[in-house]
Amino acid sequence: MWKWLHPYAKPERSYQLATTLLPWFAISSIFCLSIGVVWGLAFAPVDYQQGESYRIIFIHVPAATLSLSTYMAMATAALVGMVWQLKLADAAAAAIAPIGAVLTAVALVTGAAWGKPMWGTWWIWDARLTTQLILLFIYLGIIALHSSFEDKVLAGRAAGILTLVGVINIPIIKYSVEWWNTLHQGATISKLDKPSMDSAMLIPLLINILGFALMIGALTLIRFRNEVIARNAMRPWVKELVALENK
Amino acid sequence: MNPRRKKRLAVISTIVFGVAAVVGLVLYALSQNIDLFYTPHEIIQGKDDSGIKPQIGQRIRVGGMVKKGSVKRNGDNLKVSFIIYDNHDEITVEYEGLLPDLFREGQGIVANGALISPRRVKASEVLAKHDENYTSPEIAEAMGKQRHKKPEYSQQQLDGSTEK
Repeated sequence: MWKWLHPYAKPERSYQLATTLLPWFAISSIFCLSIGVVWGLAFAPVDYQQGESYRIIFIHVPAATLSLSTYMAMATAALVGMVWQLKLADAAAAAIAPIGAVLTAVALVTGAAWGKPMWGTWWIWDARLTTQLILLFIYLGIIALHSSFEDKVLAGRAAGILTLVGVINIPIIKYSVEWWNTLHQGATISKLDKPSMDSAMLIPLLINILGFALMIGALTLIRFRNEVIARNAMRPWVKELVALENK
Repeated sequence: MNPRRKKRLAVISTIVFGVAAVVGLVLYALSQNIDLFYTPHEIIQGKDDSGIKPQIGQRIRVGGMVKKGSVKRNGDNLKVSFIIYDNHDEITVEYEGLLPDLFREGQGIVANGALISPRRVKASEVLAKHDENYTSPEIAEAMGKQRHKKPEYSQQQLDGSTEK
């Protein structure tokens, strides 16, 4: 069933696949983001309560939602790396971690900037904000573990354990607003009944989320290619590649 | 899957489920402390599951909706008092200072302060809690909601206040 995947365990084959996919991700993300950002920031109607200030949602929500999805992608790579001991899966996990950390930081900073005018405070230790801050620290810990071992197999194993244990934080972040009283409001889009948002606001937001996801894909591919090259620098195929570039 | 991979998978899932169980129990044990605020009902009757009630003089946060027609503002300074309610009970909040932009009657708020009598809180900070609904003003007006206006203050009120 998984036979077709086996050739991609070779770094050379994966590198080529990443090179082929990269332009598609890059172009479609630029396309979605330019539509979503312009529509959201300039044309979507104002909110009846929050006025223009709510527009930060078009950055805050994609960054926050996808910081969780990115974590799950990284955890999947880490699990594959640990169980099947594929070096490439560890490389993928190492490539994703900094992207997720930046998304988490963006979500926290835009959230603070939104909280000041609306709630009246930059920061409050409620369950949602605190668990999201913990997510940032987990990401930073994973990055630190990846870069603190010369031996990449060892680094992948150490970071993998932290990654998999950190998965527990993800459902806690997601449901924190339902399990506890928080200042942060509940979910808008992912409710089971219909989303509590005007479609004129919801559509650009969804386009922006898609654009962010594609952008994360493109950045992951770039970083994954770098990781593969760096980890295989001594291999003949990399030397051929370099010779071809320098010709 | 060969036996070595199976074993690794088993070890990893045991660790993850073990840690998940520990975290789950810790959060369950701490659940009252993780709640950001007491509701008015919980201040008067105690928390539903544990019966814990705040003492008079204790610093607490209280969250609820601002009762319509209960906001009394002092004309000379920034002193304000209002009633917040939930499904069962009401609590009076006293506050001196600028209210957040979203503050209004019917709005959910969280007040941070000390309990000075069983049904009175002297707040040092008032935060607005907005909901997860986003609508354009036209649709909101059609649905009978009012377009929100920020709280406004006269110069006299600002000057007369001791805290700023």
